[in-house]
Amino acid sequence: MALPQPKQDATEARIAALSLPEGGWSAPARKDALARLRAMGLPHARDEYWKYTRPETLVSAEAPKASVFDSGEAPIFGERDRLKIVFVDGVFDAEASDELALEGVEIARLAEATDIHWAKDLYGTLETNGQTPVERPLAALNTAFASDGILMRVTGKVAKPINLIYHHKSESSDAILHHVVKVEEGGDVTILENGPAAARFNKVMEVDVADNAGFHHVRTQGRDHERRAATHIFGRLGTESTFKTFTLTVNGVMTRNECVLELNGDDAVAHVAGACMGDGDFHHDDTVFITHDAVNCESRQVFKKVLRNGATGVFQGKILVKPDAQKTDGYQISQSLLLDDDSQFLAKPELEIYADDVACSHGSTSGAIDEDGLFYLRARGLPRGIAEDLLTIAFIAEAVQEIEDEGLQEEIVERVEAWLLRRRG
Amino acid sequence: MLEIKNLQVKLEEEDKQILKGVDLTVEAGKVHAIMGPNGSGKSTLSYVLSGKDGYEVTGGSAELLGEDLLDMEAEERAAAGLFLAFQYPVEIPGVGNMTFLRTAVNSQRKARGEEEMSSTEFLKVVREKAKSLKIDAEMLKRPVNVGFSGGEKKRNEILQMAMLEPKLCILDETDSGLDVDAMKLVSDGVNALRSEGRGFLVITHYQRLLDHIKPDVVHIMYDGRIIKTGGPELALEVETQGYAHLIEEEA
Ligand SMILES: Nc1ncnc2c1ncn2[C@@H]1O[C@H](COP(=O)(O)OP(=O)(O)OP(=O)(O)O)[C@@H](O)[C@H]1O
Ligand SMILES: [Mg+2]
Repeated sequence: MALPQPKQDATEARIAALSLPEGGWSAPARKDALARLRAMGLPHARDEYWKYTRPETLVSAEAPKASVFDSGEAPIFGERDRLKIVFVDGVFDAEASDELALEGVEIARLAEATDIHWAKDLYGTLETNGQTPVERPLAALNTAFASDGILMRVTGKVAKPINLIYHHKSESSDAILHHVVKVEEGGDVTILENGPAAARFNKVMEVDVADNAGFHHVRTQGRDHERRAATHIFGRLGTESTFKTFTLTVNGVMTRNECVLELNGDDAVAHVAGACMGDGDFHHDDTVFITHDAVNCESRQVFKKVLRNGATGVFQGKILVKPDAQKTDGYQISQSLLLDDDSQFLAKPELEIYADDVACSHGSTSGAIDEDGLFYLRARGLPRGIAEDLLTIAFIAEAVQEIEDEGLQEEIVERVEAWLLRRRG
Repeated sequence: MLEIKNLQVKLEEEDKQILKGVDLTVEAGKVHAIMGPNGSGKSTLSYVLSGKDGYEVTGGSAELLGEDLLDMEAEERAAAGLFLAFQYPVEIPGVGNMTFLRTAVNSQRKARGEEEMSSTEFLKVVREKAKSLKIDAEMLKRPVNVGFSGGEKKRNEILQMAMLEPKLCILDETDSGLDVDAMKLVSDGVNALRSEGRGFLVITHYQRLLDHIKPDVVHIMYDGRIIKTGGPELALEVETQGYAHLIEEEA
C-alpha cells in the first residue's frame, strides 16, 4: 500500500539529509533496512502508536538545536572500575576511551569491523523481528544509517561493566548509533550508559541473550534540557536467561524509549524498569512490548514518573502471551507522581493473552504526594522540602530496586537526590 | 510548659466547629491525661497542636515554653520539642525506618543549631532503644510502619519519641491495639522518659494505661471543651461510671 503523500515526503526528506554508509558486511542489512523504512514511512502525529508523543522533532530532516548544559555535576559511574567507551556527539573518541579489550568479551566498532563479522547475522535482525506487530520506523532508519556503534560478543562472565559515555558538545549534532550485544551461553555482562549524547540522538541496541546467559543494563539520560532522543532496545532471550534494563531520565525536552523483548526460551526472566524526573518542558515516553513465546517465563515492567511544572509522561506497555507460553508470570506497573495540576501522565497498559495458564497483572496510577505521609514526616521534624524529596525517592524506589546491583541502585538514588536538591535551590 | 487558652478550632473545608474553647496547662515534669467520649475532639486537639493542615483556629492561643505554637510550621514545632504519638501511625512505603529516624533526629538538631548525630552514634543509640522496646533489626530496616501490626506501629512511635527526646509528648491512644505485654513495654518506654523537664499529655479511653503511667492530672473532654479536671481518681470514676453523669453536671 502506498504511503500517504505527506508521510512519504517527510520520509524522503529525512533520507535525503543522510548518507548510507557503503560497503562492508553491514551493507545488505542497511539496504534492507532502508527498504523497510521506505515501506513504513516515518512516524506521523496521526499514527496510533504516536498518539501521546508528537514525532515531528524526532523525524525532521534537520535536528532542532539543543544548547549544552552544565549542571556542574561529575558524570555518573565515574568512580567505578569500568571499561570506558566514549562518543562525542555520536563520534567515537579514541583518546577518551579505554582500549577496546576486556576479558570475556570481544569488542569492535561498527564503523571499523571489516570482513565477515559475527555481528552480520544479528545486525538489524532483532530490529526486523521487532517491526511486527507494531512498526518502529525510527529503528529501521537507525539500522540503515547508523554512523557507528559498538559490537560486543560476550563469551564469559565479564568482570567489570562496559560504560558507554555520550558527550554532547555541539548545539546541532544529530547522532545515530547502533550497538549489538551477543551474550553467548553462560556469559554475563553489565552495560552502563550515560550522557546526553547529542542535540538529537537516535540509538538502537540489539541484544541477543543465549541460554543461561545474563544481560544487565543501567543507563541515565541526562541532563541537557533541550536534547531529544529516540532509543530502541531489541532483546531476545534464551532458556533460563536473564535480561534486566533500567533507565533514569532527568530533563530532556523529548525522549521516547522503546523496549521490545521476545522471551523465546523457557524459564527466562526479563525486567524492564525506568524512572524519570521531569520539570517544565519535558516529555518522556516509555513504550514497551514484551512477547512471551516460551513456558514459565517471568517479565516485569516497572515505570515511575515524577512530573511537575507542566511536564508530560507517557507509558505504553504491552504484554503479549502466545498460545504456548503457559505458566507466564507477567507484571506491569506504571505510576506517576504529579507534583502539580499542570503536569500530565498518559498511560496505555495492554495485555493480550492467548495461553490459559498464566498470571498477568497490570496497573497504572497517577497521584499527588501523600498528604498524611508528608505531615507524619514533618511532625517528626523533617522540613517540608526534605520530606517531599524523601517521599519522591520512595515513590521511584520500586523501579530502582529492579537494578540487581545495590551499588548501582545507590548511585541512581544519589543522582535523583542531587537533582531534587538543585530544583529546590 | 504547654499553655492552651480558650482554643477554638473549626474545619477549614466545612463550617464545623470542633474545639469550642479548650483551656489546658501542662507543667514540666507532669503527666496529664485526657479522657472523653468518641468524637469529643481529643485527636483534633493533638493535630492542631502539632500543625496538621485542614483546621482553622478561630480563637485562643497555644504556647510551648512561651513560644506561640500556632504560628509555627509542623517541623518547627517538632524542633521546638513537641511530639505527637499518632493514634493511627502512617505507613510510608519506600522510606526505610532507619533513614527516616536519622533524618528526623538530624533535622531537629540542625534546626536547633546543634551538631548532627554521626551515623555510628545513631546506630548505637537506636539499637539500644529498639531493644528495650523489643523492636528487632529487621523491623528497623523495613519501610516506615509498612506491614507493621497495630502493636508494632505503636511501639515504633515510642521508639521515635525516645530518639527525639521531645519536651512535650502527646500520646494519642497509644494503648489501643496493644496486648498486655506490649502495654507494659510501651509504658516502661514512656516512664523511662519521664523527667523534670518533660511534660506529657496522654489521651486514652482506659484506666489500664494509667495504671502503668500514673497521671498527675486527669481532664475530661466533651464536645470540644474540657468539662472537668481532677486527680487520678477521676479516671477511676470514669472507668466505673462512664461519662453520663459528668456530662449532665456540665449541662
Ligand atoms: N477532617 C475532618 N472532617 C470531618 N470531620 C472531622 C474531621 N476531623 C475531625 N472531625 C470530627 O470532629 C470530631 C472530633 O474528632 P476527633 O477525632 O478529634 O475525636 P476524638 O475525641 O479523638 O475521638 P476518638 O475517641 O474516637 O478518637 C468528630 O465528630 C469528627 O468526626
Ligand atoms: Mg481520637
